[in-house]
Amino acid sequence: MNDKIIMNRKSEITKLEQASIKKVKEHWRIVIFYRFMFLTATLSSWEILGRIGVIDQFFFSIPSKIIYQICIWIIKGTSQGPLWLQVLVTLEETVLGFLIGAVMGIVSGIALGRNKMLADIFSIYIKIANAIPRIVLGSIFIIALGLGMASKVALAVVMVFFVVFGNAFQGVREADVNLIANAKVLGANDSQITFKVVLPSALSWILASLHISFGFALVGAVVGEFLGSKQGIGLLIATAQGAFNAAGVFAAMIVLAVVALLADYLITRLENRLLKWRPNIQ
Amino acid sequence: MNSNFLIELDNVDRRFASPEGKIIQVLDSFSMTVKPGEFCAVVGPTGCGKSTTLSLISGLAKANAGKVLIEGKEFNGIDPRVGYVFQTDAVFPWKNVLDNISVGPLFRGINKKEATEKAFDWIKRVGLQGFEYHYPHQLSGGMRKRVALAQTFINSPDILLMDEPFSALDVQTKILMQQELLQLWSKHKAAVVFVTHDIEEAVILADKVFVLSKRPARVKKIYNIDIQRPRIVSEARYTQKFIEISKSIWNDLSEEVNI
Ligand SMILES: Nc1ncnc2c1ncn2[C@@H]1O[C@H](COP(=O)(O)OP(=O)(O)OP(=O)(O)O)[C@@H](O)[C@H]1O
Ligand SMILES: [Mg+2]
Repeated sequence: MNDKIIMNRKSEITKLEQASIKKVKEHWRIVIFYRFMFLTATLSSWEILGRIGVIDQFFFSIPSKIIYQICIWIIKGTSQGPLWLQVLVTLEETVLGFLIGAVMGIVSGIALGRNKMLADIFSIYIKIANAIPRIVLGSIFIIALGLGMASKVALAVVMVFFVVFGNAFQGVREADVNLIANAKVLGANDSQITFKVVLPSALSWILASLHISFGFALVGAVVGEFLGSKQGIGLLIATAQGAFNAAGVFAAMIVLAVVALLADYLITRLENRLLKWRPNIQ
Repeated sequence: MNSNFLIELDNVDRRFASPEGKIIQVLDSFSMTVKPGEFCAVVGPTGCGKSTTLSLISGLAKANAGKVLIEGKEFNGIDPRVGYVFQTDAVFPWKNVLDNISVGPLFRGINKKEATEKAFDWIKRVGLQGFEYHYPHQLSGGMRKRVALAQTFINSPDILLMDEPFSALDVQTKILMQQELLQLWSKHKAAVVFVTHDIEEAVILADKVFVLSKRPARVKKIYNIDIQRPRIVSEARYTQKFIEISKSIWNDLSEEVNI
């Protein structure tokens, strides 16, 4: 008898479960539909307003021209060579600058965060350095390092370094004193505390900064190219600007956005992997 | 100095400065001694300086004046014979149960295989089988406490400092863990300093109960608990002696709180 009640209960729960799964699916179908609708509405009103002259095509272009421009770049290549080469050059500068800046930021953030004296002395300068619009340094790098890759990488490094540094520093300062005390009693020496306790505590701070700073690295590289270079998406924008080609500027922007979104996706994957101990990651 | 004592606090002062610079005297000429293998419980009003005392013994904090001696010697840093179960949750949230428990031996340079074997043994002893690969946020408060206990016990400390280790547990689990603790202790004979708010727990477990006054703490009274061992935790609480001592400690403490 009891068994029967339990069986009934079970099938009831399965039914409820199926219903709730269906509801969730339905919800996402609607969301995706409206997202698509929104995109279509925006692009088509831009196109129409551009064609009837409410929006000046000369300055703001229209979607069909932008798409056409991208197709041309893909098929025939740009004035500076094939599109993929431009993407590759910019990406190389970005990734290099990102990696160098991130490693430098993490190392110095932890070193400074672990030492109260150094932290107190330098924290004021870090605040100042953070307040300076560092992008202006690009001009100096072009003068000092020339039109090649080095100047762009340097600018990307500067853009990334301070963000990552600030977060790593903060993460270290906020590491739980109880956990450090526990590790000490369990037998950890200073370097074990740094690498096995402080670094993992600061990891969520550091990873959060990597998210933002990849975008910064990209901005650094592109602005560097814009200021003076022989290749890259930044140069593509500069060239389009010189020719009053608004569609070209927008097209380059879209190419950049795709690169940035891909990078963000990869960093999120990395983050979820490294922080799988964290409660409810969405 | 009488080196019969494993732990000796001799006229110890400990002060804290508040952010505005006001001085809070927590321990003022505080003295207490613990013999090797002795199970001492410490009770006292909240905020009187119990946790502070433990952190001085552990070496995590330094006395402002007076001496903290282990085996008659002053020491620098943290003595490797010390184990400390903290009042607050201190398991590593990024490590699963197995890694949390094996971390002590690994810090101390034991190889990974041996440390893991030891950890599995301790997982069994604290009843966490099946949760080896769970992270702390996936455990209940009581389970996390058991991880913390195993983490400390795996180093087989000679001096075991415990700060209200069982206060988060339900009564049944608490009694089980107390019994388990007595068994472990009778095998290994560590000197235990056990801080608790629970008078009955203090009397059931300890050889000696230190009753502290309110801040600045001094030892108000010492009770020698001569209930015979081995003790059955769930039964000892109904003996006449137990009830008498508990009542007396209760009175001592209410004097401190009511003034
Ligand atoms: N780091 C600190 N800075 C300033 N004051 C402190 C610090 N640590 C402890 N105190 C003060 O010292 C006193 C004793 O603290 P302690 O943690 O030793 O109390 P306790 O007896 O363990 O209390 P409880 O039973 O509530 O755990 C408290 O009044 C507290 O405010
Ligand atoms: Mg306390």
